Amino acid sequence: MWHSATVRLSLGFVALAIFCLGIADLSITAHEPWHELLRLLQGLVQPDISAVDDLGVALLRTLAFAFVGVGLGAAAGFLLALAFRSRLVRSACAFVRAIHELFWALIFLQFFGLHPLTGVLAIALPYAGVFAKVFAEILEETDPLPEHVLPAGSGRLSALAFTRLRDAWPHLVSYTSYRLECGLRSSAVLGFVGMPTIGFYLESAFAQGHYNTVGALLLLFYVLIATLRLWVRPLLVPVYLVVAPFCLGSGLPIVWSNVSRFFTEDIVPAPLRHGEGVSGLASWFGDLMAHEALPGIWHTLVLTQIALVLTGILALVLYPLVSRHFFQRRFDQNRTHRSGNAKPGNRLAHLLGHGLLVVMRSTPEYLLAFILLQLWGPSMLPAVVALAIHNGGIIAHLVGRRSNEVNLRPDAPQGLERYAYELTPRLYGPFLALLFYRWEIIMRETAILGILGITTLGFYVDSAIQEIRFDRAMVLILITALLNIGVDVFARHLRAKLRLRHTANCEP
Amino acid sequence: MSTLALIDAVADYGHQRVLGPLNLTLKRGERVALVGKSGAGKSSLLSVMHQHWRGRGAALMPQELGLVASLSVFHNVYMGALAMHPTWYNLVTLAKPFRRDVAAIRPLLERLSIDDKCWARAGELSGGQRQRVAAARAIHQGGEVLLADEPVSALDGPQSETLMVELTRAYPTAVLAMHDVELALRYTDRVIGIAEGGIALDAPSVQLTAQDLLPLY
Repeated sequence: MWHSATVRLSLGFVALAIFCLGIADLSITAHEPWHELLRLLQGLVQPDISAVDDLGVALLRTLAFAFVGVGLGAAAGFLLALAFRSRLVRSACAFVRAIHELFWALIFLQFFGLHPLTGVLAIALPYAGVFAKVFAEILEETDPLPEHVLPAGSGRLSALAFTRLRDAWPHLVSYTSYRLECGLRSSAVLGFVGMPTIGFYLESAFAQGHYNTVGALLLLFYVLIATLRLWVRPLLVPVYLVVAPFCLGSGLPIVWSNVSRFFTEDIVPAPLRHGEGVSGLASWFGDLMAHEALPGIWHTLVLTQIALVLTGILALVLYPLVSRHFFQRRFDQNRTHRSGNAKPGNRLAHLLGHGLLVVMRSTPEYLLAFILLQLWGPSMLPAVVALAIHNGGIIAHLVGRRSNEVNLRPDAPQGLERYAYELTPRLYGPFLALLFYRWEIIMRETAILGILGITTLGFYVDSAIQEIRFDRAMVLILITALLNIGVDVFARHLRAKLRLRHTANCEP
Repeated sequence: MSTLALIDAVADYGHQRVLGPLNLTLKRGERVALVGKSGAGKSSLLSVMHQHWRGRGAALMPQELGLVASLSVFHNVYMGALAMHPTWYNLVTLAKPFRRDVAAIRPLLERLSIDDKCWARAGELSGGQRQRVAAARAIHQGGEVLLADEPVSALDGPQSETLMVELTRAYPTAVLAMHDVELALRYTDRVIGIAEGGIALDAPSVQLTAQDLLPLY
C-alpha cells in the first residue's frame, strides 16, 4: 500500500501538518477554559428564550437575508451559467467567489453602511459566482442529443426549457436548496459584522455572559436548519422570495457621497493620493507585504494545512456513524439477508450519529471559532478545532452517504476489519476528492477567522479597516483572493493527477 | 427545393476519418435506404446530412432517439414543432398544453398505438414505445426530408410495418438507415450501400433483391 500515490500524498500532507503544528501557537490562554465550556453547556441545557426580547426578529432577519441573498445569487448565477463558455465570465466568477462573504460585507459596509443592501450583496455576489460554476457543470452533464435533434429555428429559450433545463431541473433544485442551508449559515454569521441577524445577538449575549441566551439562540438556529425540509416546500418558496425583501429591516440610509468617496479616495493607495509617485508606491507596497501580507499568508497557510489534515482524520473516523454497513437502520434489516448487527440499540446509535453530524456541519466555522475563542482565549487552537469540526462533519456525511452505495458480500468481515479492509480502501478516493475540494473553502475560512483575532490574513484586513486604511485592506483582500484561487487550481491539478473523480452535485 | 446535395462530404472521429469524401444527390420525392454493416459509416453520413440540411427543413431521428426522459410523451412529440411557435407559447405549453396541440398530436399517437401513454414520462416507456415517440416527434415536425437511423429496430413485424407506412407518408423524401434489408427494399426506391466510409452501391430498389445486398455485410 505504500506504493500507492494517494497514500504517499496523504502521508506527505500529514507530515506537513505535523511540521506546522510545531510552529503554530496552539496554547489555551483562558484562566478557566473548562469552567466556561461547562457554563455554555448549561446554557444549552437550560436555554432561556425569554431573555432575548427580539428573538423573533433575529430569526426573521436571518431568514430574510438568506432568502434574498441566495435568491438573487441563484438568479444571477443561472444567467451567468448560460454564458459560462466565455473566459471573461469564468474568471469573474472565480474572482468573486474567492472572496469570502464576510470580506464582501466589510467592503460594502464602507460605502453602503448598515443598509440591508450590504448584507444582501455580501451573500448574493459570492453565491452568484458559485452558482454559475455549479449550474454550468450540471447543465453540461445533461444529454446534448435532444437539443441536437430540435428543428432549426427553435428559439434558444424554448430549446433550453424543453431539453437541457428540463433534464437538469431536479439537480438544480437540490443544489439550490443545499445552498439555501449554506445561505442561512452565512446570514447568521453576517451578524458578527453588524447585520441584524442571529450572529449579532449571539455576540452581544456572549459579551454580557448570558449563556442561557446563547443556548437559546444556538438551539433555535439548529432547529431552523434541521427543519428546513419541512418548511421549504416548492409551492412556498415563491411566497418566501416575495415576502423576504420586506423583512430585511430598514437599517441605516445609504449616504451616497460615501459611495463615491470610497472609490475615488479611500481605496486609492495612500502614496498616490498624496502625490508621492511610483517610488512612494513601491515602498508602501513593500512595507505592506513585509509587515502584513507575508506574515498573514504564512499563518493562513500553516493554519489551513493543520485544519485540513485534522478535518480529514475526523471525517475518516466519523463516517461509519452514518454508514449502513456499521449502524443499520431497522427497515434495512429485512431487505439484506444478513444484517450483522441486529441489536435494538442500533436505531438509537444511528439517530445519534446522524444528529451529531448534523450539528457539526450546520454550525458555521466562524460561529464555532468565536465560541471556542471565548472559552479558550486567543490562539490558533480554536480556529483549527472549529474548521475541523465543521468541515469534518460535512465530509463524514458525504463519505458515509457514498459508503451506502457500496454493496458488500454477505460474509464480509465485521467491525474494525470491515472498516479497514472493505470500506475505507474503497472510499478513500472519493474522500480525498472531497477533501481537496474543501481545501480552498478551508483556506477561505481560515483567512476570515483572522477577524476574530487570529493572525491570518483576515486579521490584517480587519485591522486596516479599523484604522480606516481601506487602500491596504483592499490589497490584502485581493491577495487573499489570489491565494484562494491558487489553492483551488493546485487542488484541481492534484485531483486530475490522481484521477479523483467528483460530481458537481454533492459539493458546496 | 428540387435536389439536396452533398459535395466532398467528410466526417472525422478524432483524427480518424470515418466517412468520405463522398458525393451524393437526393431528388425530391426520393426515398433512400442506407445499408451496410454496423460501423460502416451510416450514422456518420446521416449526421453529416443533418448538419448540411438542417436549415432546409431536415428532421433527424437518431438511433439513440434523443428523447427527454423527464418530459411526457406529448411534450416530446410537441418538441418537433418548437420552431413553429413563439417562445411564450412554448413555455406555457410546458406548464399547460393548449387544446389544439393536444388535438393535433393525439391522433398521431393513436395511429402509432401509443395514445394511452400520452401523459406518461418518456423515461418510463419500453424501448419499442420510445422509438415510436421519437418517430411521432419527427412526423409532427414535418419538413422537406426525414433522416432516420434504424427507425424500426426495436419494433416487431406488424408494428414496424405501421411505422414505416406513417413515416413514408409524412415524408416523401427520406434517407433511412436500416438493417432489415427486405423491409428496406419494400419501402424505398433507391438503395445506397455504405462500406468503409464510402459509397459501395447505389441502385434503384426495384432492381435489387436481398441477395444482392449480402456482399455489403
